Amino acid sequence: MSEIASRGYVNPDVLVSTEWVAAHLNDPSIRIIESNEDPLLYPSGHIPGAVQVDWTNDLNDPLRRDYLDKGGFEALMSRIGATNDTTVVFYGDKNNWWACYAFWVFQLFGHSKAKIVDGGRLKWEQEGRELTREVPSYPATRYTAQERDDSRIRAFRDQVLAHVNAGLPLVDVRSPDEYSGKLLHMANYPQEGALRGGHIPGAKSVPWARAANPENGTFKDAAQLRAIYEGEMGLKADDDVVAYCRIGERSSHTWFVLTYLLGYKHVRNYDGSWTEWGNSVGVPIEK
Amino acid sequence: MTAYPDKLREIIDDFAQITDRNERAEYLIEIADRFPASRVPAEIATKPYAEEHRVPACESEAFVWAQENANGTLKYYFDVLNPQGLSAMAISVILDETCSGQPLEQVATIDTSIVFSLFGREISMGKGQGLMGIVTMVQGEARRRLK
Repeated sequence: MSEIASRGYVNPDVLVSTEWVAAHLNDPSIRIIESNEDPLLYPSGHIPGAVQVDWTNDLNDPLRRDYLDKGGFEALMSRIGATNDTTVVFYGDKNNWWACYAFWVFQLFGHSKAKIVDGGRLKWEQEGRELTREVPSYPATRYTAQERDDSRIRAFRDQVLAHVNAGLPLVDVRSPDEYSGKLLHMANYPQEGALRGGHIPGAKSVPWARAANPENGTFKDAAQLRAIYEGEMGLKADDDVVAYCRIGERSSHTWFVLTYLLGYKHVRNYDGSWTEWGNSVGVPIEK
Repeated sequence: MTAYPDKLREIIDDFAQITDRNERAEYLIEIADRFPASRVPAEIATKPYAEEHRVPACESEAFVWAQENANGTLKYYFDVLNPQGLSAMAISVILDETCSGQPLEQVATIDTSIVFSLFGREISMGKGQGLMGIVTMVQGEARRRLK
């Protein structure tokens, strides 16, 4: 049994180790994708053969606040040389935070052959593995995407309002100071992009990075994760859960943990998050 | 803009010439490589750093210090605890190289929008806010002493 398989996850196959990646660098059925918060990291050096999928340029609609559509996703997959049969393997900075975000967007289009590199960029670097500045180029593919399905893993504001009114669980994965609304009141603090501070009523605070081991960015094991989300927060695997943060990026990490590592069936990411809720007229806020 | 320190204005002008995203990234990476020269020395601060020097909103765990020079200007020092915080390192180097030793009146005028002039409009909201937090700390140290 591999080390990852021994951690008790419900879906251990969704994670791959850095060793596995090193052994599959030339595997044509795999496309390694780096997704970072810091746009300088990929050009400064990346896993050989890895392509970059950039949050701003690749995954967002350039005009509206929304994600790319079916045609945009097909064009993206063609650009990175991925077919419907390609297994995409994401890694990135900050405990794979943006890698999980990209993974989540890919799931809106149902590309289920997708994995995350446990430990991400940090672990790869710590192990002294090869990085290159050579940007690979792959022959364009024909990729046929399904229409984006926003119903299963994405939550919109009015749905979240109904969720709150029904007393269902929410997880606020921002920092404690964002949760309490304190940050908006600090002197000289750049605005959080919201007019009001606080959190969605009933939301429990579980900062997203608690799910990761800070020393190498790997995910905590299932028992440790259950102790946090179930022991401390009282969530249950069959709960209908909404996770949110500021723009939905950190909460996609928590969505990944709950959905894949702990096997929750009904977790949605509210990507409008605090930048929508904290600017919305008339919605309830708790401090 | 005209009130900015000369060197800062020059580098903003340099970046304004860059239209290619990759070229911009290469330039910023080169700048970030000079970060060791801007890192806070042990005689100024050692870890764990006092929280008052921490840049709010910066996920890369950036810290800023300002030491007064004999002529009343400031020498800025930085640290970025996240070894992958390249953008935070790059903005720190730019601010050190263009604002240290410059007239406080000029440093005090620096607007956080320089982040977009240097890094481009497409930078993510969270990243932009962290970098703007570093600029705000540098500008705030100058403003505080002018009061």
